[in-house]
Amino acid sequence: MAKVVVITSGKGGVGKTTTSAAFAAGLALRGHKTVVIDFDVGLRNLDLVMGCERRVVFDFINVINGDANLNQALIKDKRNDNLFIFPTSQTRDKDALKRDGVERVLEELKQQFDYIVCDSPAGIEHGAITALYFADSAIIVTNPEVSSVRDSDRIIGILASRSRRAERSEPPVELNLLLTRYDPMRVAKGEMLTVEDVMEILSIPLLGVIPESESVLRASNTGTPVSFDEDSPAGRAYLDAVARFMGEQREMRFVKPERRSFFRVLFGKA
Amino acid sequence: MRLFNILFPPRPSSAAIAKERLKIVLSHERASRTAPDFLPRLQKELIDVVGRYVEIRDDMIRVNLGKSGDTSLLEINIEIEGAKPKLSPPRGLAGAT
Repeated sequence: MAKVVVITSGKGGVGKTTTSAAFAAGLALRGHKTVVIDFDVGLRNLDLVMGCERRVVFDFINVINGDANLNQALIKDKRNDNLFIFPTSQTRDKDALKRDGVERVLEELKQQFDYIVCDSPAGIEHGAITALYFADSAIIVTNPEVSSVRDSDRIIGILASRSRRAERSEPPVELNLLLTRYDPMRVAKGEMLTVEDVMEILSIPLLGVIPESESVLRASNTGTPVSFDEDSPAGRAYLDAVARFMGEQREMRFVKPERRSFFRVLFGKA
Repeated sequence: MRLFNILFPPRPSSAAIAKERLKIVLSHERASRTAPDFLPRLQKELIDVVGRYVEIRDDMIRVNLGKSGDTSLLEINIEIEGAKPKLSPPRGLAGAT
C-alpha cells in the first residue's frame, strides 16, 4: 500500500524542499518507487533543487485540471530509475489546488508508487493544509530556534485536528521530527537549543538530526539531492533518517562537536 | 572557583532562556487551542458577577478546562486577596443575605 508522506514545518526557510529532495532520493536509493510532489504553487523550487528545471513541460495543476495526464507531467530522475519529480505550476495561485482534484491525482499516483513525498509550502494557508490533508505520515522539519519550534508545534496541532485522518477519526498521521541546520559546536557553547530540548518541547519521535553543512548549499547549487552525496555529513544524516523511517535502528550521528583533524583544518574540508 | 561563581554568578545560556520561553508560550497556546469557545464568555460573565461584590480586574479570574483521570474538570480560579470589598451591595440585591 502506497504511503503519502508530507514534509512540513509551518515556518519558511527551514529546509523543507532540501529535505523533500533528499528524503525522496534516499527512499529511491533503497529501491522504493518514489515520487516527490511540489505543493508550493506559484513558488516552484523543487525542480531546481532536483536539477530538472529545464525538463518541466506539464505540471500538477495541468493534471488536476485535466489538461495533461499524469505520465506527461512526471519527470523521471536521470540518476535513479525509482525516482520521479512532479513539478507544480509557477504561474497559477494556490487556489488552483482543489482538494478533490488533488485527491484524484494522489489516488492515481498510489497505483504506481510506493512512496508519495509531498513538499509543503510554508505557512498554514490553503496550500500547506492541502499538502498535509491526505498524509499518512508527516516529517516536521524544525530548526533549533524559537520561531521554528513554535511553528512546528502549531503544525503538529493542525495535523492532529485538520488532516483527513483526523476528520475521519482514523489512526492519526504518524509524526516524525527532523531537526535541521544543527550546529553541535554552538549547542556545546549553550548558544543553540539541544536535540533533547526540542524533543522535550515538541514531544514527537525524532527521525534524525541534519547538521549544518556546506554540502547542502553545494547540492542545491548543482541540482543534486544532498543524500546522493554520501561523502557529506548532511547526506549521510539524511540516509540515516530514511533508514530509521523504514524501521531500522541507527545511532544518531553528527550531534556532538567533531574534533577537526589537522588535515581537515589544513585543507578546509567540511 | 566557587568564590568566583558567588561573586560573578554565571548567566544562564541563551539556549536555556529560549527553552524556558518556548515552554511557557507553548503551554498557553496549546491550552487555548483545545479550549471550547464558551470559555471567554463564561470568564466575562463571572467577572461581571463577582465584580458586583468585590473590586476585581479581568486578569484576576482564570477559567480552565482540565482533566483529572477520566473526568473533565472546569477549574475557576478567582484571586481576591487584597481585593477591596464594594462598600454597598448593588441596588436590588440589598438585604438578600
